[in-house]
Amino acid sequence: MKPLLVAEDIHGVYHSGHTELHAVDHVSLSLEEGEVLGLAGESGSGKSTLGAIISLTARPPLYVENGTLQVDGEELVLDGSQRIPRTWRGSVVSLLPQGAMNSISPTMRVRDLVVDVVRAHDRRVKKSEAIDLARDRFATLGLPVRALDAYPHQLSGGMKQRTVTVISTLLNPRILIADEPTSALDVTSQKALIDMLLDMLEKKIMSGVIFITHDLPVLRTVSTRLAIMYRGKIVETGDTAEMVDDPQHPYTRALLGSVLVPEPKYRKIRIEGMKGFEDAPSTGRTS
Amino acid sequence: MTEGKALFTADHISRTFGSGRNLVTAVDHVSFELTEKEITTIVGESGSGKSTVARMVLGLLPVSAGRLTFDGQDVTKLSTTARIAYWRDVQAVFQDPFSSFNQFFTVRRLLNRSLRMLDRVSAKERLEEALGHVGMDLDVLDRFPHQLSGGQRQRIMIARALMLRPRLLIADEATSMLDASLRVNILNVLTDLRDQLGMTVLFITHDIGQACYLADKVLVMEKGVMVEQGPTDDVIFNPQHEYTQRLLADVPRLHESA
Repeated sequence: MKPLLVAEDIHGVYHSGHTELHAVDHVSLSLEEGEVLGLAGESGSGKSTLGAIISLTARPPLYVENGTLQVDGEELVLDGSQRIPRTWRGSVVSLLPQGAMNSISPTMRVRDLVVDVVRAHDRRVKKSEAIDLARDRFATLGLPVRALDAYPHQLSGGMKQRTVTVISTLLNPRILIADEPTSALDVTSQKALIDMLLDMLEKKIMSGVIFITHDLPVLRTVSTRLAIMYRGKIVETGDTAEMVDDPQHPYTRALLGSVLVPEPKYRKIRIEGMKGFEDAPSTGRTS
Repeated sequence: MTEGKALFTADHISRTFGSGRNLVTAVDHVSFELTEKEITTIVGESGSGKSTVARMVLGLLPVSAGRLTFDGQDVTKLSTTARIAYWRDVQAVFQDPFSSFNQFFTVRRLLNRSLRMLDRVSAKERLEEALGHVGMDLDVLDRFPHQLSGGQRQRIMIARALMLRPRLLIADEATSMLDASLRVNILNVLTDLRDQLGMTVLFITHDIGQACYLADKVLVMEKGVMVEQGPTDDVIFNPQHEYTQRLLADVPRLHESA
């Protein structure tokens, strides 16, 4: 079967004055239908930059110098030579940005944001139709419909995050790119969001998810496959369970070794963290 | 483990916000002790009142009811001068290492400002000592905050607190904004402080994994109420309260069987 998404040889560079930072360094990845791909790495490893490029939201000072994206057999060249069709953003690939829970305008009711989002893609949609669409979606996923009439400050952090997730998938995108969706949440809200994402996949609201986070235990529960990023490159990729149990790359091993979970053995040992990879956050390579 | 001396006690402290119909009880009759030379952790989800407790312990927020004692002295209500004296013994590190710096000050200037709380000390000596505890070189002193990573900033913040040689260090979600990999370094700094300096630490987190790695004693809060407290091994591996059990069940694991 053909994969849902193939991203090939993606190269993203930040230009700043006379320096260039190669934050994403010739990276390729693919996503199968119905799959959650976990993209993990430390701060500065380039994972969010890669997410921005794949979701077609790269903006200066980030420049895509190379790369192609194939979805459902349609190919898009990302190096700027081809105009990105409007219809792709939001309906083919959709980004759930980092800190999404703070991206709802505080003076707007949630339903007004819904109208804005839907109309941005199709001006002819009536206000009531857009709200009905969101209402149905909330009901399908078992979320309280009254959240639509609330202002953001009236919702808890977990509820805000779930609301934004639903809004970002209103147009049934093929692929959702979720950037650190659970990082600001406590474990209980994390679990609720993950359960909802899996439910949405099952209901075919979207067909595949790229889940970006530094939190490996979360990826263990949600993702089918893992890709580990280090200094702008994917150093290892494979089945989640296999990689967690038997990591091949030393960086993956160090990353896994610094995870703390409430298990008896962690009471006795001292964990040394990223020995040998201390300078990792100083990203990519400069030229 | 022999029961050590209690350095700090909170006796039925409460805190309410608002009044009338909008009255919210953020902390409801909470009592606990911080044993000297131990790390005590408060865990709970967002909104459980754990940060409110930290602010009351620090004297940043008055209690609505109850009594606080530090080293045998009543510290429930403090005058401004007494509170400054209290802060020589009780220091804190907060959640966000990005906004707790003045962007225009070098690390040296930032750290020197804290020493104004003390009379005539050798600034250089204290600086070197504090940076040594957090494992940083002296050349970091002439850097600006934007030249440091999140983990380095948080270590500077711990060094800042340590320069006053406090007896109690409060860390409110001090590692929550850091990557898992940097987190361990900060936690190791805290355990070293306990083991080498005999520091008493109050560590506040929503992450049971960190509590398990670090704590001697765990307190669990739910909606302003302390539902369970005790030695870490008891609370985490044999939780009695239904809320603690649920909290543990929601923690994502790396390996299937835990």
